[in-house]
Amino acid sequence: MPAREGTYGLLAEFETPSDLVRAAQQARRDGWRRMDCYTPYPVEEAAEAIGFHRNKVPLVTLIGGLMGLVAMFTFESWVSVLAYPLNIAGRPLYSWPAFIVPAYEWTILWAGLSAGFGMVALNGLPALYHPLFNAPNFRNGATTDKFFLCLEALDPKFDLVETRAYLTTLAPTSVVEVEY
Amino acid sequence: MATSEIKPKDVKVDPETGEFRVIAPGQTFKSVTEKIAGIVLTPDTPLGWFAIFSVAGAGATVLLVAVTWLFLKGVGIWAITQPVAWGFAIINFVWWIGIGHAGTLISAILLLFKQSWRNSISRFAEAMTIFAVVCAGMFPLIHIGRPWLGYWMLPLPVTMNVWPQFRSPLEWDVFAVSTYATISVVFWYIGMIPDFGTFRDRSQSKFGQYCYGIISLGWRGSARHWMRYETASLLLAGLATPLVLSVHTVISFDFAVAVMPGWHTTIFPPYFVAGAIYSGFAMVLTLAIPLRKYYHLEALVTERHIDNMGKVMLATGFIVAYGYGMEVFMAWYSASHWEAFMMWNRMFGPMGWAYWVLVTCNLAIPLTTLWSRKLRTNIAFMFVLSIIVNTGMWFERFVIIVTSLYRDFLPSSWGTYRATKWDYMTFIGTLGLFTTLFLLFVRFLPMIPMNELRMILPQAKITPKQPKAAAGGGD
Repeated sequence: MPAREGTYGLLAEFETPSDLVRAAQQARRDGWRRMDCYTPYPVEEAAEAIGFHRNKVPLVTLIGGLMGLVAMFTFESWVSVLAYPLNIAGRPLYSWPAFIVPAYEWTILWAGLSAGFGMVALNGLPALYHPLFNAPNFRNGATTDKFFLCLEALDPKFDLVETRAYLTTLAPTSVVEVEY
Repeated sequence: MATSEIKPKDVKVDPETGEFRVIAPGQTFKSVTEKIAGIVLTPDTPLGWFAIFSVAGAGATVLLVAVTWLFLKGVGIWAITQPVAWGFAIINFVWWIGIGHAGTLISAILLLFKQSWRNSISRFAEAMTIFAVVCAGMFPLIHIGRPWLGYWMLPLPVTMNVWPQFRSPLEWDVFAVSTYATISVVFWYIGMIPDFGTFRDRSQSKFGQYCYGIISLGWRGSARHWMRYETASLLLAGLATPLVLSVHTVISFDFAVAVMPGWHTTIFPPYFVAGAIYSGFAMVLTLAIPLRKYYHLEALVTERHIDNMGKVMLATGFIVAYGYGMEVFMAWYSASHWEAFMMWNRMFGPMGWAYWVLVTCNLAIPLTTLWSRKLRTNIAFMFVLSIIVNTGMWFERFVIIVTSLYRDFLPSSWGTYRATKWDYMTFIGTLGLFTTLFLLFVRFLPMIPMNELRMILPQAKITPKQPKAAAGGGD
């Protein structure tokens, strides 16, 4: 856990998504790793540019769905065969085709809940405080119409003066220091 | 379709395709945001909103009165009896849940098909889904006679050691509808998180910043977050698609598994699903047309949306027509005396008028007029048509339930059905509840997904200036 004081990083603001993507690609080529882009809508190219290609949401969803399926089908079979056997016109107790429907619904239910909550958890949310909210221009733009690239102080290449000069070469509209 | 019907110089028309544009030209990230956020983040609630809210609230109060009396007296205050034991409650249940289906169709299925025109209307269609499911879910609960024992439908380990019957379609309904409600709420909420972030950052009041800040979960638009978010949305859409098809299928099993003439038929699942989408799109139109007019959203909800929804209704309307036709055909082809009588009675019996109302509202009027592009983009016409289709679809459920039940196998057990004032009050009350919830949604939540609209603006296109940029993109 890093110390929660001093500089979080340097935040460069861009006017268009293309400028941001170009800058992020350049930074990645120049060896930056601890960085992130902030955009008002999903910009797939920005995630690609910072080297983020895969995520674990599909895996979490699959596991959740399978658990829902197995749990419900097992439960129905247990109830109908062992816990509360009902003889309906002599039909078999283990009437598995009838159990498909609730098991199917629970597969979807648990897969969906896993996808939703899994995404939130993997994103580290809820996180009501974040150092970026201290940046004066961040909240004005990041959720409306501006595009940001943040080079973080945790990157070994980070140096307040040099990095600021480096970011200026990427032609942003402004560069500000973000504090914890 | 011929483009000659519209003026080629019209700015609302894309010259390349000859179609109406999804978003009117000249919109920017900021203008879209300000337009939608401005509706919510203003201390001035329009007077018209209060006017409609008071009417809708009165409707919801009627529901409260009707349900209170029902709980005091029991279901005997309704018209249900033998042989028509399923009256308004189940008609309204099927009607409302069918309306909800278009919301899921728009938000999930059209997302999978990458139909970007859905972006403007998806959010309030999802809201419509949830509020329709709220209204729908209430009916089976108040219909069971002893609503305080409603939890018996859930598989809870109670002291009596009684478990539900998992072979019954009515029990399947419990799982289908509760899953549908849960997944719809999750999908809706996840979709709103980034927009809550926008509200948090644009709200002028401390209270608004706190509230939207908390429900935005601290969303900050990180590229990594967006990637997971997009994956989760796509997965939820992929899960909601089979779900929405299964829900109305399971509801149709409630009928199809029974041996009643008019119910015991294999056409029911596809015919119910198509009917659900048909009525749901009609309801989206009923809501979208006044909203875009009242809140001046013509630039975001364009003629293109109205036109496309008309096309979907035309297609699903024909599937419904096929369903009606097949019912009549099977009544003859099955050579079943009971089926033939049921169909004759449905058309020409004492309640035959309901069948012809349904044929007029669902087939005769929409399926002849929706072919015309001029009429599909005529806003006033589409509004009237949407109400006609909603009426027709309500009568479809009335016909299926009442005319199948009131004259069944034994003439000695024939009866009739005449709804009481409590039936009407409950139905009108749910309309009031639905409108009340929808008005609250419009006032406090983002009714159009801002982040999805930004995505489809022309400015969002990435233009690589240096061709060599591709070299370092990967690794």
